[in-house]
Amino acid sequence: METVYLDHISATPLHPEVKRTMIDYLSRSFGNPVSQHHIGDVALEVLEGAREEVARLINANPGEVVFTSGGTESINHAIKGVALARAKKGNHIITSNIEHNAVLKSLRMLERMGYRVTSISVDEFGLVDPDSVKKAITDGTILVSIMHANNEIGTIEPIAEIGRITRERNIPFHCDAVVSAGVVPVDVEEMGVDLLSIAANQFYGPSGVGALYIRPKTEIWPLLDGGMQENSHRAGTHNMVGIVGMGKAAELARKDMPQRMEHVHGLKKAFIDGLGFIEDVLLNGHPTKSLPNLASISVSYVEGESMMLLLDEEGICVSTRSACASGSLRASHVLLSIGRDYAEAQGTLVFSFGITNTLEEVENALETLKKVVATLRNISPLYRKQRKR
Amino acid sequence: MYSETVMDHFKSPRNVGRIEDADGIGEVGNPVCGDMMTITLKVKDDRIEDIKFETFGCGAAIAVSSMVTEMAKGKTLEEALKITNKSVVEQLEGLPKNKLHCSNLGADALHQAIMDYYERKEGRTKPKKRQRGKVEPLEHREGRCYCPYCDVELAEEAPTCTLCGKPTEHRHA
Repeated sequence: METVYLDHISATPLHPEVKRTMIDYLSRSFGNPVSQHHIGDVALEVLEGAREEVARLINANPGEVVFTSGGTESINHAIKGVALARAKKGNHIITSNIEHNAVLKSLRMLERMGYRVTSISVDEFGLVDPDSVKKAITDGTILVSIMHANNEIGTIEPIAEIGRITRERNIPFHCDAVVSAGVVPVDVEEMGVDLLSIAANQFYGPSGVGALYIRPKTEIWPLLDGGMQENSHRAGTHNMVGIVGMGKAAELARKDMPQRMEHVHGLKKAFIDGLGFIEDVLLNGHPTKSLPNLASISVSYVEGESMMLLLDEEGICVSTRSACASGSLRASHVLLSIGRDYAEAQGTLVFSFGITNTLEEVENALETLKKVVATLRNISPLYRKQRKR
Repeated sequence: MYSETVMDHFKSPRNVGRIEDADGIGEVGNPVCGDMMTITLKVKDDRIEDIKFETFGCGAAIAVSSMVTEMAKGKTLEEALKITNKSVVEQLEGLPKNKLHCSNLGADALHQAIMDYYERKEGRTKPKKRQRGKVEPLEHREGRCYCPYCDVELAEEAPTCTLCGKPTEHRHA
């Protein structure tokens, strides 16, 4: 059975060139870039080279890039770090109601400490209205955090417009760009953000490494205290192999971005066109302001985990957003926020395409999906009730 | 994640369908909890002659439905009433902790179908609405939610406990 991997939103396969660079580094050096001898110098040079590449990917200066252990750490650092550093200036934070749990749970922790959070509702496409952000700002607002692209529905938010508002009011603006950076253009200047979280495993780099962009003079405390690494923003010996891989992955993502975007968008389009052959399927997210590599669908009368498992039996890997598959048994807050009901949210699958996928694979996935949906609808009491009407 | 037996029943479910002139119908769950199960059965000489199910739910829910119908088929009503959630899970060689609540639905639907049969026999013609059992609200402490039965911390909107599988209700204080 051939594997058809359509879950690039969960993790991307390591690019062969990235892998080579990492292996090469492993056999070349073991040094700590902080050491002042020549072994340390080799590591330092590699570290700064990787930092430069990551900075170029998001149009930042290398000195503004802090390496972390991934998207979750970057987000936790940005939110908690700014909230703690600016506690004397206020305790109000603005976000949206479709953010990733790394954002929502960081904020929930801050709420327990006495901070106040305003959560902006999105429209049926998952879009945040910049005007509602503007209206939510108070004198005590110390941070705004809005994601660039949503990982469940793919909608891309009007970050630049929100950035103009926060800049006018002089409020630090964090953007979770974990699923967009390296996939679509991300430019910290154009977007007007002060903090931006990214992760290497979204653009064919290794898992367990990410970065946080911090605009100079942003008030922020570290999450990890200790040594002087990363300009004292993040103590701890560097994950050199991961960082080297992230640097290479960033370089390739920047150079190949137009071709990659065209390729995955072609697959997404073919997939969506082919969906017309299955009745009662809803497409989630915005029709145009959306990630080129992600298609989120809600299939009526069937549940996501059972679809995912049957697809996996045929070698097709996808993500589901059904409550049954989440550890907490909760329906996805993102899908409920865009107006899906519980049953629709239960039947949600996320297909995310990558550079190695082919049109044949997408057609194969569509064929299999059609069969799987028919099988499960055949045993679904909801489907029978619907047909009776 | 699932045992081989669970995957087998999920991939090739037994007794799928709906008996149109059923002697008893059991319908449990709702899409909010994630699962819906309907069991229909035919009874002859106090024995379950035929039984079928329809399920909207995850792999575990489908496997549980399939297994519970297999276990009940051919048994006397008295024997079938002794089938418990626990015995279904045992026959399936276990379920992940957060899927145990699915097993509740299986036995519930079976028992409800049997009770429905008894009630019809006694002359009640209209099927009675299912009465919801008493559901304990989640416990709140310092902004966190805990299962009222086993005290494990839960996400706010969890309709059932992820550890013990009992249904819970979220009420804002």
